[in-house]
Amino acid sequence: MASDRVPAHLKPNLPPLSLYVPEPKFRPGDTVDFTQVAIPAAGETRRPDTADRADSFTDLAYQMVRVLDENGQAVGPWNPRLSPDMLRAMLRSMALVRAFDERMFRAQRQGKTSFYMKCTGEEAVAVAAAFALDYEDMCFPSYRQQGLLIARGWSMVDMMNQIYSNTADRLHGKQLPIMYSVKEAGFFSISGNLATQYPQAVGWAMASAAKGDTRIAATWCGEGSTAEGDFHSACTFASVYRAPVIFNVVNNQWAISSFSGFAGAESTTFAARAVGYGIAGLRVDGNDALAVYAATAWAAERARTNQGPTLIEHFTYRAEGHSTSDDPGQYRSAGEPTAWPLGDPIARLKDHLIAIGEWDEERHAAQDKDLAEQVKAAQKEAEANGVLGHGLHQPLDSLFDGVFEEMPWHLREQQAQMIAEETASGRPWARK
Amino acid sequence: MTDTPESTRMNMIQAINSAMDVMMDRDPDIVVMGEDVGYFGGVFRATAGLQSKYGKTRVFDTPITECGIIGVAVGMGAYGLRPVPEIQFADYIYPALDQLVSEAARLRYRSAGEFTAPITVRSPFGGGIFGGQTHSQSPEGIFTHVSGIKTVIPSTPYDAKGLLIAAIEDNDPTIFFEPKRIYNGPFDGHWDRPTQNWSQHPAGDVPTGYYKIELGKAKVVRPGEALTILAYGTMVHVALSVIAEAGVDAEVIDLRTLVPLDIETIEASVQKTGRCMIVHEATRTSGFGAELSALVQERCFYHLEAPIERVTGFDTPYPHSLEWAYFPGPVRIGEALKKIMKDA
Ligand SMILES: Cc1ncc(C[n+]2csc(CCOP(=O)(O)OP(=O)(O)O)c2C)c(N)n1
Ligand SMILES: [Mg+2]
Repeated sequence: MASDRVPAHLKPNLPPLSLYVPEPKFRPGDTVDFTQVAIPAAGETRRPDTADRADSFTDLAYQMVRVLDENGQAVGPWNPRLSPDMLRAMLRSMALVRAFDERMFRAQRQGKTSFYMKCTGEEAVAVAAAFALDYEDMCFPSYRQQGLLIARGWSMVDMMNQIYSNTADRLHGKQLPIMYSVKEAGFFSISGNLATQYPQAVGWAMASAAKGDTRIAATWCGEGSTAEGDFHSACTFASVYRAPVIFNVVNNQWAISSFSGFAGAESTTFAARAVGYGIAGLRVDGNDALAVYAATAWAAERARTNQGPTLIEHFTYRAEGHSTSDDPGQYRSAGEPTAWPLGDPIARLKDHLIAIGEWDEERHAAQDKDLAEQVKAAQKEAEANGVLGHGLHQPLDSLFDGVFEEMPWHLREQQAQMIAEETASGRPWARK
Repeated sequence: MTDTPESTRMNMIQAINSAMDVMMDRDPDIVVMGEDVGYFGGVFRATAGLQSKYGKTRVFDTPITECGIIGVAVGMGAYGLRPVPEIQFADYIYPALDQLVSEAARLRYRSAGEFTAPITVRSPFGGGIFGGQTHSQSPEGIFTHVSGIKTVIPSTPYDAKGLLIAAIEDNDPTIFFEPKRIYNGPFDGHWDRPTQNWSQHPAGDVPTGYYKIELGKAKVVRPGEALTILAYGTMVHVALSVIAEAGVDAEVIDLRTLVPLDIETIEASVQKTGRCMIVHEATRTSGFGAELSALVQERCFYHLEAPIERVTGFDTPYPHSLEWAYFPGPVRIGEALKKIMKDA
């Protein structure tokens, strides 16, 4: 145990090894300076043909697809040239996601539900992708892509019902808040276990290809989750079978309290994971809705023309806490969100629309107000169906539904036992 | 057993933290690793302060790969270190299953003792915090089924520290499941009443220094004559409150270690009382209660005056909103108590 012991295997002519453990640049109290973060100029990164071989543009995994420049102009080969109507629709969706997040975060703080997760600062990642995909394409999201549902026009009341586990919750109160499942909107059931959706998306895409379908799959996970084995299994399968799937890695720099260095970001980019698997890789400014749109549309075209999978790293920043259970002030500098060099995705798209004369501050403020009202109205409607903890919203015996398609004897017995218990207890639940 | 008489009030998190602190101070080969355990000190704060005290090469954050965390711990163990990895929630231990089952548990056997896996896997488990199906599970039965892994579950701060120290010192792989519902206080099963704090409980008085509680030794937490209740973790406190309310003179045994099991204490008790109730929060089918029931039947059959009762979670995933209907609380235990005492 003594540290002055020199074991026989230590070779005196060699320097001792040392273990490297990553450390983020800034901790609480530190002044933030992001000048080290290399940000290529908008328009600078080339756009290969979608029919090009993946190994002919591996440089893109180390650059950054950016369309919106500092003056709010859309520039370069990746400019998707969207109509002003489309741009406004995208802006509206992103602002709606933010308004929804604000409201539901507050609802959790008011004790109306157990848990909530915002995607503040990352709205472009999900919203722009939803606009670039076909509605029929299948999404396998993580917990931070509520923007897909909002952009696909899914009912906010339905989402809130799930958050409240109330009588109208289509998931019958069985799942943690925000772990939505919306098959009708091409949105796979969210898992609490990280990265499990990745190989599932590949399987869906392989099935679509095997059946001669035209639909593709897209999946999302955080940069921290790329460490999970499921991520790597997915990449291998997608590469082997050239599956029509889009892998989105949302690099928001943090995984709860662990900075991206603990997922390997100090050595290479996340887009570069694609290079080793021989699949197409793009690194994109995730706070630039036009870049996200263009990259997604490009990847979708590759997938639809049997060119196989694309991995897109969305370089962005988690502007708020991991979830309602988290306090980022404990582990990162409070100055980070505002110092983030890629700005705010909503502000950037807004500035672009203003710069091209298709929007103004007054309309934006009016829209924000209108969206807040819409969210408030939806909340009122959802709360009429109850909030978590205030009474029992699901029939007690529904606890046993859905374990299997048909209930085996042992579950029927347990169900009967539970009803008998509740009756015996005389608790208010039993009388429901 | 203690080398210092000093003790202080601790909740279970603090006791667990103290166990690691004491052990890291004694043994430079102990390393603590896991998601968010380093600078931040863990999502439940169990490793708070350890990194600043022992440095980043002994207390470090890991990539988010449970398979990697356990595999790396096995490799560090092969070198000669004594890793104490944390799996953030027991619900996230499944990606590590191959490294635990095929590797950690088998290493000693397959290498004839050349290599061992002296690792202690800490992980918060159990429900009652509205955590939904991925922050609530009790998967201990999966691990007790695997030969070569020890499974330990404390029910008080005092036991948590003493057992964790014993687990860390043990040369075999140990799963140390921490009942997160009782991190702050001995929850009695009444979700609609305030929970007592550990500062008001005698077992919240914890020595600050080194002591250990031998693995494989159960504790009779309440001697009694009418029946034997076998429980562990949170359910020890729930069972105690139920029998107190019912006025039944039960003998309550806190198993503390599931593998290896203290069969002698169980046998002696059931042979004395003639009745045995088993309580766990985990699902029923193939749960650890099934093993306990079989053992008691094999060894105490001629002493039994009533069928063995198993009170467990239902065979469903842990539901979010109906979690108190799922939880084997006072009502379910109370009904089983009536049944087992019917002819007494
Ligand atoms: C298998 C598994 N391990 C651990 C966790 C706990 N956990 C939940 S979110 C999270 C961080 C994920 O970070 P990242 O992938 O970067 O996504 P982000 O939250 O930043 O969107 C962790 C460790 C989990 N949910 N599942
Ligand atoms: Mg992240």
